[in-house]
Amino acid sequence: MSAISLKNLDISYGTTKVVQGVNIEVAEGESFALVGESGSGKSTVLKAIAGLAPDWTGEISLLGAPRGHKVDHDFATRCQMVFQDPYGSLHPRKSVDTVLSEPLMIHGLGNRNARVIDMLAAVGLDQRFRFRFPHQMSGGQRQRVAIARALMLEPKVMLLDEPTSALDVSVQAEILNLLKRLRREQGLTYLMVTHNLPVVSFMCDRMAVMNKGRVVEIAPATALHDGSFTDPYTQTLYAASGGNPKYKETL
Amino acid sequence: MTDTLLDVENLRVSFPTPAGRVDVVKGLTFTLGRERLGIVGESGSGKSMTGRAILRLIRSPGRQVADKLMFDGDDLQALSERAMRKVRGARISMIMQDPKFSLNPVMTIGDQIAEALKTHERIARKDIAARVIEMLEAVRINDPARVVKMYPHEVSGGMGQRIMIAMMLIPQPDLLIADEPTSALDVSVQAQVLDLIDELVKNKGMGLILISHDLNLVARYCDRILVMHAGEVVESCDARDLHKATHPYTRGLLAAVPQMEETRDELPVLDRTAWSGT
Amino acid sequence: MTNMQSWLLDDSPQSRMQANLGNSYRMLRALLRNPLAVVGAIILLVLVFAALFAPWIAPHSPLGQDLGARLLPPSAAHWMGTDELGRDILSRVIYGARITLMIVALVAIISAPLGLIIGAVSGYFGGWTDKVLMGVTDVFLSMPKLILALAFVAALGPGIENAIIAIAITSWPAYARIARAETLTFRNSEFIAATRLVGASHTRIIMRHVLPLCTSSMIVRVTLDMAGIILTAAGLGFLGLGAQPPLPEWGAMISRGRTFILDQWWVATMPGIAIILVSLGFCFLGDGLRDVLDPKQEGKS
Repeated sequence: MSAISLKNLDISYGTTKVVQGVNIEVAEGESFALVGESGSGKSTVLKAIAGLAPDWTGEISLLGAPRGHKVDHDFATRCQMVFQDPYGSLHPRKSVDTVLSEPLMIHGLGNRNARVIDMLAAVGLDQRFRFRFPHQMSGGQRQRVAIARALMLEPKVMLLDEPTSALDVSVQAEILNLLKRLRREQGLTYLMVTHNLPVVSFMCDRMAVMNKGRVVEIAPATALHDGSFTDPYTQTLYAASGGNPKYKETL
Repeated sequence: MTDTLLDVENLRVSFPTPAGRVDVVKGLTFTLGRERLGIVGESGSGKSMTGRAILRLIRSPGRQVADKLMFDGDDLQALSERAMRKVRGARISMIMQDPKFSLNPVMTIGDQIAEALKTHERIARKDIAARVIEMLEAVRINDPARVVKMYPHEVSGGMGQRIMIAMMLIPQPDLLIADEPTSALDVSVQAQVLDLIDELVKNKGMGLILISHDLNLVARYCDRILVMHAGEVVESCDARDLHKATHPYTRGLLAAVPQMEETRDELPVLDRTAWSGT
Repeated sequence: MTNMQSWLLDDSPQSRMQANLGNSYRMLRALLRNPLAVVGAIILLVLVFAALFAPWIAPHSPLGQDLGARLLPPSAAHWMGTDELGRDILSRVIYGARITLMIVALVAIISAPLGLIIGAVSGYFGGWTDKVLMGVTDVFLSMPKLILALAFVAALGPGIENAIIAIAITSWPAYARIARAETLTFRNSEFIAATRLVGASHTRIIMRHVLPLCTSSMIVRVTLDMAGIILTAAGLGFLGLGAQPPLPEWGAMISRGRTFILDQWWVATMPGIAIILVSLGFCFLGDGLRDVLDPKQEGKS
């Protein structure tokens, strides 16, 4: 059974079609990357899966069950999303404790204190952060809180929308390590959107390259080592990202 | 490297906080010839403030002082605000991160470039249109006659940034400060924009200060690199010797970047305690 | 004392209560740094104090007539003089604080939450909900406040309660507009999307996430509007449609004093000064609160 299965997915915003004919199967436990430049529709695919872009046709199923067009209550316990901007994804007036307890309250889960404390430890945040507000934390710490919030309901699938592109390189390394460790420990499936090919090389098993709303190529992440891509667009993207052997030699 | 274009000594920029004034740039010293200098650092390292301080653009309540801030024989600190305005743009230009915020949204691109032209040189009315098109061609914009009539929201990020570059280069400045000129752009466009800046700087013999968070990018496009951390320069080296960097911070940064041929299971994380004493 | 302070300003609070108290303490400190806000707060504290302890502070009864002491100018016995029925004006102004405070509080309690919820719902859902709700709001907004209030009072009959209802009904549309504008700025933000994704209902998002972000600008706006509310109430009183005699409402007092304004100026002037002072107090405090509470200002500091 695949964790995420997209069949003939078309997504529109109003009258414009931004994504066309996407077919992707992500296996359970896999880490899959959606790569592309701005406007390629990669984030839109993620939003459609999450239920934030309801105007789609085709088929989206998650862990074998097809999903409807709206945000729904049960879906939340199986699939969660981490957003790009750690400054925009946390409510400015809510403490870490409130942010992390809320999913538990909504789903009527008990033992909240213990769960919040455990989760803070799991994402590598000291307990003293528990009652802080977003403005008292750095970008990396906020992103840890956002990851913690997504994990509170113990989902099996995580949608990651450029989770590190707003962060400094040293902080990016910490967050990437954290995501990798969490996947290993909790057996999560990742679908990650990014424009950064080296990040894919570090984090993912397979990747789909998107251009102008279509998937142009699906390749294993190891293709990034030698540049063995077949599609010309992928090759351009690869070269522009510094994946050019000639350039490596000059270093 | 014979003629010194910019000479900065002990530059300090401070901002008030409830706990007193805090220096965000702590005594920066460097000289720049007609070369390409990269300033690298993470957010909060003071790299952008350095760029602004050179143009004396630190707004109140921020304050800047330097023992020396000489540009091409002129003491920038001694200039009046009016004289400083003539230096900005005409002799030192600055390219900001996001073209969306630097272009006037209600003026056509042609008008904005013409405006920049008129403020910097006396030019006959009939020649303006021709010069504008010429400038757009220089930054490799296809079909400039069409672009001239467009508004900023109608052009892509990469094109917007190239238009900014055109505007900044019209007065033929001696020094160009580019503050994260490509972080808002896609990778494929990034290379085009940087190649363009590189070519123009080389052809005109300008000085370039490229401010960025991206070590590899700076290494590719600069001759010399300053690595900043917490308001101080921790490492200064030739771009080609970057991989031989000695300071633990620089080494840590280099190691923390994922590689295209990544095989490491875990990325090394900066141990921030290692140099916080310095 | 220093212990208490460091506990409040602790960067890593130990409990929810400490975190919230610390936040309030920081705001209070910021507010105290603004001298005008402090002046405003003091004026309003005096108003509240006068209203609470009126029977003990007031030297005379506000209603007791003494026809022998009609229209006396301010003196040691009557600091603000007496009116045409020989009543002590100072006492009436002090008792009037109760009425003013009641009007202000009731209007705020009725109209601010009403406007807040209508605006937030309208902005959050958008589409048809927005069109209908904002259409209604625009109808109310397009009518002059005092005239509309007059019409309501005329329909409901004169009296202080009806004046309050009338003012409340005419003042919510402005709040709805602000709440809607505020909501629009963050309805598409990622923290709202993230909350939807954990399964929160629309009601929950509006009540717990949208409203708290609108309230601060609302508090500021309501405080600044208080002056206008007091004036509208006084205006209704002046026209004889608000508080009925012998209630010592400030506007009604001015109205009565109008007859003697040329010869016995104090009769109309004293309550007038009270209205000006209290209005100013609300304005000063509102300006100070804006600097402290407005989320848009937060990024700058």
